[in-house]
Amino acid sequence: MAPEEIAEILKETFGASITDTEFETAHPRVVVTADAWPEVAAFLRDDERLQLNFLRSISAVDYLEDDKFAAVYDLASYRPGKTDSDAWALTNAVAVQVWTDRSDPHIPSVAHVWRAADWHEREAYDLMGVIFDNHPDSVEGLNGFHPRRILCPDDWEGHPLQKDYAFPMEYHGIPAVTELNQTRPIH
Amino acid sequence: MADVILESQPDINADLSSDQIQQQDLQTEEMLVNMGPQHPATHGVLRVVLRTDGEMVLEAVPHIGYLHRCAEKIGETVAPYQYIPYTDRMDYLAGMNNNLAFAQAVEKLTGLEAEITERTKLIRIVFAELNRIASHLVSFGTYGLDLGAFTPFLYAFREREYILDLFESACGARLTYSYITVGGVTDDLPERFVDITREFLDYFEPKVHEYNLLLSHNHIFIKRTANVGVITAQEALDYGLSGPVLRGSGVNFDLRKQPGSGYEDFDFNVPVGQGEKGKVGDCWDRYIVRVSEMLESVKIIRQALDKLDGTEGQETLHKKGKTLKLPADEIYYEIENPRGQLGFFVRGNGSAIPDRVKARGPSFCNLCVTEKVCQDVLLGDVAAIIGSIDVVMGEVDR
Repeated sequence: MAPEEIAEILKETFGASITDTEFETAHPRVVVTADAWPEVAAFLRDDERLQLNFLRSISAVDYLEDDKFAAVYDLASYRPGKTDSDAWALTNAVAVQVWTDRSDPHIPSVAHVWRAADWHEREAYDLMGVIFDNHPDSVEGLNGFHPRRILCPDDWEGHPLQKDYAFPMEYHGIPAVTELNQTRPIH
Repeated sequence: MADVILESQPDINADLSSDQIQQQDLQTEEMLVNMGPQHPATHGVLRVVLRTDGEMVLEAVPHIGYLHRCAEKIGETVAPYQYIPYTDRMDYLAGMNNNLAFAQAVEKLTGLEAEITERTKLIRIVFAELNRIASHLVSFGTYGLDLGAFTPFLYAFREREYILDLFESACGARLTYSYITVGGVTDDLPERFVDITREFLDYFEPKVHEYNLLLSHNHIFIKRTANVGVITAQEALDYGLSGPVLRGSGVNFDLRKQPGSGYEDFDFNVPVGQGEKGKVGDCWDRYIVRVSEMLESVKIIRQALDKLDGTEGQETLHKKGKTLKLPADEIYYEIENPRGQLGFFVRGNGSAIPDRVKARGPSFCNLCVTEKVCQDVLLGDVAAIIGSIDVVMGEVDR
């Protein structure tokens, strides 16, 4: 099924929650509001026509000039062949983009829909700072619950992939090397 | 003198029956055990915290990040052709495949894909499949090592050495190649490369039979791996597993068999776990999928070498790859790496340097299932399970 048809099905079912679509690109995607996202996700997985049972990746992107973060979910449907010896087919590949404000980045977790989202969301929080609410592996921080960090140490400050991230000059008494002596972002 | 001391000690078991004494002796208590980050069976710096009760593991929580270099941030500061060497260092046992994934993602994004010559495509397939064999050899050897079989490891590294020599003849490097690059490959094949590769394949093919005799059908090995760490097909899809781990669970899915992969004209099979020695999706199934895949790769390389005849003189476009400007668009592209599906998300902004580079590593995604599988297993099985998932920490941590 082409991404256009998937978008049609979603628009019919969810109406205003599907705010935008983009097909004139190498990465066809559907834009879903953060509030409706878990419901849409469960529909994408369970609907007979779609059956998007495989979460390939979650990419968090920083749009500094728009003051927004985007989480891009790449989904696919893996379906068995007619007989056991037939190869499974990849159909219905589509991406879903969810926007959130940079100042208060919250997106509901979909780890209960696809278990694969668990670590992807932890990574997106760790490196980009997008908070996935109701994540199964949450810890309490200064501003409420957030997913547990996964790659950086638990007490690391900031989120390295943000465009305005400043590299810390010291970590537990270990000084940063002089080449990193920059307080402005690399761009 | 000794008798006097013994007699003066009160008999603590005096009032207990023999059953009660036995129970007291066998009593266990919960204990937290740190496995890693320097444990040899974790294939790098993986730390797993185990909650154990005697020999049983009640819970296993993996902790990663010891090798984190934020390779994705580096991707936002360099042009794509400069980023190729960084992809080598993610999955350092499959450098060629990593180069290929990123190069193809960028080529698809910029439209350079249409200009790639036939010879370049074939050379890429030859190297990707040779690297798949080399990577599976390491996996095969070290898996035996994890379970106490030292000899297969030496055989596996003997054969891998030939492949590394082939790579060295083509690009000068033995581990971090950067040979496949944006637009093509950095250089044409060296003299007699095709002949030497054919000789190697003829030498290598019977060796796989030896491996099966040595390890795959070894009674102790089967006892350690069959029926251990079973992952069902449904779980495998839910957890987003890919590669031999997914196929070991009986899911016949290989990106190379999908349209647009570049492998359409090649005749090969996709080995799938059958539950031959135990249940479908156990450690032995995942292991045997890798061993069988080596033979399929041999088939693919033979066909690719035959097709290389008559394509001499076709140029590679790697110089063009150095002057690329990325459009203000994005792409997500995956290929079949030895460990699973390696995906790159690349977003350009009109300049030569991308806005965002994200790697979806197969080891990272496959590792998240350990928490589920390592519940209520024996302590010794944890090494068998982690070994059968075959992670490379360089790519888990990036």
